Amino acid sequence: MYVAVKGGERAIENAHRLLAHKRRGNPEAPELAVSQIREQMFLAVARVMSEGALHDPGLAALALKQAAGDLVEAVFLLRAYRTTLPRFCGSRPLDTGEMRIERRISASYKDLPGGQRLGATFDYTHRLLDFALLAEGEYPAPRMDAPPPAASASAPEGDAVPHVMHLLAREGLVEEAGSPNGAPVSAPPPDITREPISFPAARAKRLQILARGDEGFLLALGYSTQRGYGRNHPFAGEIRIGRVDVWLETEELPFPVPTGEIEVSECEMLNQFVGGRGQPPQFTRGYGLAFGQAERKAMAMALIDRALRAGEYGEEAGAPAQQEEFVLAHCDNVEAAGFVSHLKLPHYVDFQSELDLIRTLRREYLNAQTPGPRPAHADAAHGEAHDTLEETHS
Amino acid sequence: MTLQHELPSTGMPGYNFAYLDETTKRAIRRGLLKAVAIPGFQVPFGGREMPMPYGWGTGGIQATASILGLDDVLKVIDQGADDTTNAVSIRNFFKQVAGVASATRTTEATIIQTRHRIPETPLQNGQILVFQVPIPEPLRFIEPSESETAAMHALGDYGVMHVKLYEDIVRHGRIATRYAYPVEVNGRYVMDPSPIPRFDNPKLHMNPALLLFGAGREKRLYALPPYTRVVSLDFEDHPFEIPRWESACAICGSTESYLDELIVDDQGTRRYVCSDTDWCETRAAVGEKTT
Repeated sequence: MYVAVKGGERAIENAHRLLAHKRRGNPEAPELAVSQIREQMFLAVARVMSEGALHDPGLAALALKQAAGDLVEAVFLLRAYRTTLPRFCGSRPLDTGEMRIERRISASYKDLPGGQRLGATFDYTHRLLDFALLAEGEYPAPRMDAPPPAASASAPEGDAVPHVMHLLAREGLVEEAGSPNGAPVSAPPPDITREPISFPAARAKRLQILARGDEGFLLALGYSTQRGYGRNHPFAGEIRIGRVDVWLETEELPFPVPTGEIEVSECEMLNQFVGGRGQPPQFTRGYGLAFGQAERKAMAMALIDRALRAGEYGEEAGAPAQQEEFVLAHCDNVEAAGFVSHLKLPHYVDFQSELDLIRTLRREYLNAQTPGPRPAHADAAHGEAHDTLEETHS
Repeated sequence: MTLQHELPSTGMPGYNFAYLDETTKRAIRRGLLKAVAIPGFQVPFGGREMPMPYGWGTGGIQATASILGLDDVLKVIDQGADDTTNAVSIRNFFKQVAGVASATRTTEATIIQTRHRIPETPLQNGQILVFQVPIPEPLRFIEPSESETAAMHALGDYGVMHVKLYEDIVRHGRIATRYAYPVEVNGRYVMDPSPIPRFDNPKLHMNPALLLFGAGREKRLYALPPYTRVVSLDFEDHPFEIPRWESACAICGSTESYLDELIVDDQGTRRYVCSDTDWCETRAAVGEKTT
């Protein structure tokens, strides 16, 4: 009995000790180091950082180790830590135009200034299990003494590469970025970790929530727009992954200060729009951004960002991905996992109330089915009449 | 509740007293003060992640953390019991991060955090009862949209709730809501009293204690200040009724408390015991002395 009348405290303690043992696994296998997770499972680290809303690869790797690889649990650990950190100030907006590009592709142009660069990607790998990796140390690893392939000549590492969107915006073919509904960009952005969300939400708040949103949930919803539930004719205008500087403006100093660099994945979707509501025909955009190498997440986010803008363009908004409250209220996996898992908590007080109701209703139902004189207790309509239960057992 | 700005950390190294930083606690207290000023109104607040999952009492925990002082005595119950696993876990959390004293006696506690019950022992003025709330919006299962329900509250437009209760009567001959039974507060807002059994609803009315409600995942706070009028919704010809038992508690013999049903053997034999463990133990102890 997990809700023992006594002994809950010891049961919890024992469960935690058991968990610690299971997490370690067979002690004959070497223990996993946090640095190994950070270096060799960097995609899991990236996901935990994005959804945990904290850029710290070391702590994300620690969370993954502690959570025995359960990503949602690791995200939760990082969030719970993040919440204890004081907030000093906001950074300047990241300038992804100045990104030191590792990967940059556009599906809308064959060639373009800055070029196409595949970077480290699973794309075009054949998904064949590489049994050579099973041999681990004995098999020659990629030669680490030789540097990785050099960047292409068209855009040497470190050079700023213009966004595809700027090229299109020069012609007026795409809406300008940054001023949804005419809101000035310079206004300090809201912070969903400090102000609760209210509906309808500003786009800045929507993007913050989507950036923390569960990748699986966003992927499924983004996918649904491609299958006709809120179709928005997307092109992957540009996907870029690389390192950007983070600049802070402090009150004490008259100039901004760089605090370091982070790796991000950015996706800009181009979506067809034939005009309307006083706006000319042009491409509209959906935006996605995530920490680390997280292309799938960034793409899904961009599809949903655009889907949620249906109202701005006077589009019909009946599909799930276009329902702001539906998407934003359900995409956070810390919230979702918590509320689903709380069903494991005892509910016997409520269950007792329901039990009584069902018994009463059943009694009445069965009495109504039986012709002839009704049993004396049939009119015990109200109250928990526990003595009249024989027939409900049948 | 007279907290200084920075409290000495009596709890875990590396964490502030009662886990949350003082700025956050102050922000939550501002929300609670607004909630007290507008009884039954749901105040949005910048809810934080807590180290327990959403749905496991994070709203109540944040409310408790923000009002907790060094000399408070904390009682935590779940389903009326002090020793259910989650109540143990929450009590241990506050012991760890705040080092406060805890109690199981309702009369000894200054703050009681609860899930799904109101203690049977009448509360006193000066005590605070903090409810854990899963879905704060009483209209949510009638109208899923927050924009819509916010407008309904603003306009005092609760027709849909009465229609729902009426439909229950038409279909089942009675109001089929057995817990989280909606109430009208101070003649204005319709409020979800959290999933307490409707047996507990009358205790909300003119309660001398301060009743605080925290919904962490939904990021809402609301409150019933002491001695607030609270009416369970009903109809003249179908008045609100509380359930009664024809059995008594198998341990203390109580006939006036909320009873849990236990199945004690393979034949399905049932026994009934008080859901409020403190109530039951206190009564049983008195019974032993007198016999």
